[in-house]
Order: sequence, then C-alpha cells, then structure tokens
Amino acid sequence: MKQAFKYAYLAFIYLFLYIPILVLVIYSFNDSRFSTNWQGFTFSWYAQLFEDGPLMEAFANSLIIAFSSSTIATILGTLSAFAFYRYRFIGRKVTYSFIYVVMMSPDIVMGISLLMFFITVGLSTGAATLLLAHITFCLPFVVVTVYARISGFDRNILDAAKDLGATERRMFRHVVLPMLMPAVIAGWLLSFTLSLDDVVVSFFTTGPSFEVLPLKIYSMVRLGIKPEINALSTVMFLMSLVTVTVSHLLIAKENR
Amino acid sequence: MEKKSGFRNVAVGSTLCWITLFVVIPYLIVVAYSFLTPDPSGTVSWIFTLDSYREIFSPVFLIVCKNSFALALSTTVLTLLAAYPFAFFLTRISESIRRTLILIMIIPFWTSSLIRTYALIILLKANGIVNTFLLSLGWIDEPLNLLYTQLAVFTGLVYTLLPFMILPLYASLQKLDTRLIEAARDLGATSPRIFFHIILPLTLPGIIAGSTMVFLPALGLFYIPDLLGGARSMLIGNFIKDQFLVAGNWPLGSSASVILTLLMFLLIAWYFLSSRKINQGDMREVI
Repeated sequence: MKQAFKYAYLAFIYLFLYIPILVLVIYSFNDSRFSTNWQGFTFSWYAQLFEDGPLMEAFANSLIIAFSSSTIATILGTLSAFAFYRYRFIGRKVTYSFIYVVMMSPDIVMGISLLMFFITVGLSTGAATLLLAHITFCLPFVVVTVYARISGFDRNILDAAKDLGATERRMFRHVVLPMLMPAVIAGWLLSFTLSLDDVVVSFFTTGPSFEVLPLKIYSMVRLGIKPEINALSTVMFLMSLVTVTVSHLLIAKENR
Repeated sequence: MEKKSGFRNVAVGSTLCWITLFVVIPYLIVVAYSFLTPDPSGTVSWIFTLDSYREIFSPVFLIVCKNSFALALSTTVLTLLAAYPFAFFLTRISESIRRTLILIMIIPFWTSSLIRTYALIILLKANGIVNTFLLSLGWIDEPLNLLYTQLAVFTGLVYTLLPFMILPLYASLQKLDTRLIEAARDLGATSPRIFFHIILPLTLPGIIAGSTMVFLPALGLFYIPDLLGGARSMLIGNFIKDQFLVAGNWPLGSSASVILTLLMFLLIAWYFLSSRKINQGDMREVI
C-alpha cells in the first residue's frame, strides 16, 4: 500500500511535468492548422520552419550567441574555479559569494542592471551586449560545476607537479585540466542550454538589429498559437534534452 | 604559499574583473538610479531624491506588490507541498532506477520555461486539450474559460517553477543521515514526531533554497502573466519592465529592482544561517 502510493505519487508529478510537453510534441506533427483533433501525421510544420527566413536567421543568431558565450564562459569559469580553489587573494570570499548572488538573482534585475550599464558606458544594444550578458549569467554555472569537481581533488597531485618543477600554467594545462574535463564539458553544455533558452535577460540586452529565437517565439506566441511554433518548440526541447542528458551523464560518471 | 606566477594573476584577475565589471558595477548603477529624479524626456536628472522609494510604498504600487507577493507565496507553498513528498520518495527508490528518474527530473529544470509556458497554452485554450477532454466526458457543456485568468497564471508559475523546488529539496533530503531516523524509531518516536523533530529541521536549508528559487522568479517572470493572464494580472516583474519600456520612469523601476535584490539577500542570508546551524550546531550535538 505504502509502496503503491509512493510510485503513484512519483508518476503523478512526472505526468504533470511531462504531459504539456508531450502534447506539444504530438501536435507539432498534427496535420491541421486549427483543430484540436488528430488529423494525421505530417512533417510540413517542420518544413515550413526551414523556409521562414527571419525565423532561421534568429535561430542562427541564437546558436552563434549560445556557442560563443558558453565557450567564453567555460574558459573564464574554469580559470575562476581553479583560482578560487588554489589561490588566496583579496576579495576571494566576496567574489565567490557573488557567484551565488548572480545565480540566484532574478533574471529581470540582472537584465535591467546590464541594460543600464550598457547605456551608461555608451554601448548600443545588439549582438555584442547580448554576448556579454550571456557570458555573465552562464559564468556562475560553469564555476559551480567545475568547482564541485576540483574540490574533490587530491591536493598531493598538485604538490607532486610542483615538486617536479611544473610552473602554475603547466600544472593547470597538463594536470588539472585533463582531470577537470568532464566537468568542463558539462559546464559548457549547461551554459549552451541556458543561453539558447534565455528570454528575460536577452529581452533587455539585445536590440532590434539582432533578434534571437526565444524573443522571436515570445512575440509569435503573444499573437496566438501556430503549428510552426509547436515544431520550433519541439526542436528546442530536443536540443535541451540532448545537452542536459550528456552533461548529466558526464557529472554522474565522476561521482560514481 | 604559492609563488605569484603570471598564470595566477591571469586566473585571479580575469575573475575579479568580470564580476566587478558586469555584476558589481551594474548593480551599483541600479542603486544609484533609484535615488535620482525621473526626467520628462525619458532619462533622468542628477538630483538626489527618495521619491522613488516613497512612490514604491504608495497605495498603487502596494496593490501590485500585494497581488504579486500573494501569487508568489502561494506558488511557493504549493510547489513545496507537492515537491517535498516527491523528493522524499525519490530518495527511497533503488539506486539503479533513481539515476534515470533524476535525469527525467532535471530535463524540465533546464528546458526553456517559455516553451513550457507555451505548452500550457495549448492545453488550456478554449478549444484545447483540457476543454475537449472535459466536453467529451460530458462533465461540462461549454468550454471553460481557463486561459487569461488569474488561475492560469498561478498554474503557469507552479508548472514552470516546480522543478526548481524539487532539486534543492532532493539534494538536501539525500544528505539526510537515515541512521538518525532509525535511532529515533528505536527510541520509540512516532512518525509525525520523527518528521517534525528530525527530518524537517535537517532539511530546512533545502526548503529555504527551493523556496528562494521559486519565490524570486515567481515575482519576476513577466512573460508568464503576459502570455497566460492577459493584461489584468501583474507581477512585480511586469511593473519593473513597464517602468523601463513603457512609462520611462527608470528611478522607479530601479528602486523596485533594489527591493527585489534586498529580498534576495535576505533569503540567501537565511539559507546560510540555517545550513550553518545544522553543520556546526545541532548536527554535532546529535551525533
């Protein structure tokens, strides 16, 4: 009885989380523009996506921003995690707590603070400001992911490398980085997902000259439901599914 | 300690620079603007004033605040009540299945909440799944007005934020030392007693972390009422957004952001206090 309730409750929550997504995916193949009923299987909504020029441009923009922001955030975040682990410097604790502040702070506050910063320094919003903003909100996730792995290190390994005459840079490159690799890749994948999906921060930090996919979807959804959006959302869901699964497996493997 | 190599300077320097430039300074700018005077031309004039804060505590804004807080609070309570047993049961599942179940749990956590909100629209619209289903069962005679209601916004917030409650709760329940529960049971404690005196206090940091991760976005996620609620319902997030994009009153939007940030600091501080208490106080005495 108790066991049955346990499984029933777990199933209930999973269904609650997944039914809307599953419906979305199923409808993206429904051969009807307006009907709720199933009218047969079709790929035509996906085909139409590829013919929609502005939409594809926004998608390409999103991919470019996601790829470059996650790459820069990963390089910076890995260095940061190593610095937090190995070095003692002024402001270390404050800076580290800021990493958590960035992670917890409401997107809207971050978006607005960056917008006002860009205006103050005289940068007009567009691809460059969007990139800086995305690096900033991805950075903490890389730092935390990498730091979790680095703090499990045996410090003796680093001392051994130093004893054998390695410089800090060499030690990082040839000892630390190879051991960190799964966490680094996981951090990159999570950043990629975050960047690709972000609405709120992008809303404030990009300009009309540079449109990204989530904002495009946002403005399309405000005008109503279209089967093309179902297809597009399915594509985005699948991308998150793949990146999150891979990164999860990478992190889970190291904990085993 | 280690020698101050060039590499060290690059690693430390880039970290400090980035956080200062793109986190600290932008926040300080928001704080500064919250004390300035709005200008009719849409910008600000450099006159120090507390007017924005006075306006924030005026009745008009307090109504927005009250609604938004009530909505965020009820979202937090409902997600907590739904997530706690879920996370608890998840820790009681055999290791092999649990791995897969956790992965299935994490995927919605990382899936765009815009897309998940959109999926809800498909379900809730007049000729959507829910209405079609209820009509076919004969439970209702005409489609219910589910979308563009306060209830839709509430459903949307609960739906998109539930994973953010589950994960911290699970992390903290997983760390729970089950020997404590066994010991209590051996000493004759009843189940409610075990729950309220052992499990709940020890998982309090998880509860606070989860509540923070639900409560703050529930105040700020402006696109959920935009898409599910029509124009009537308004979150603090919508208010802030409108100050910047529609009303052009930056100081007012800034002061609302400052208040939101202060709230975040309070919640984070509460989290650290509660987790410190467990790590260094109670826990040691118990063991």
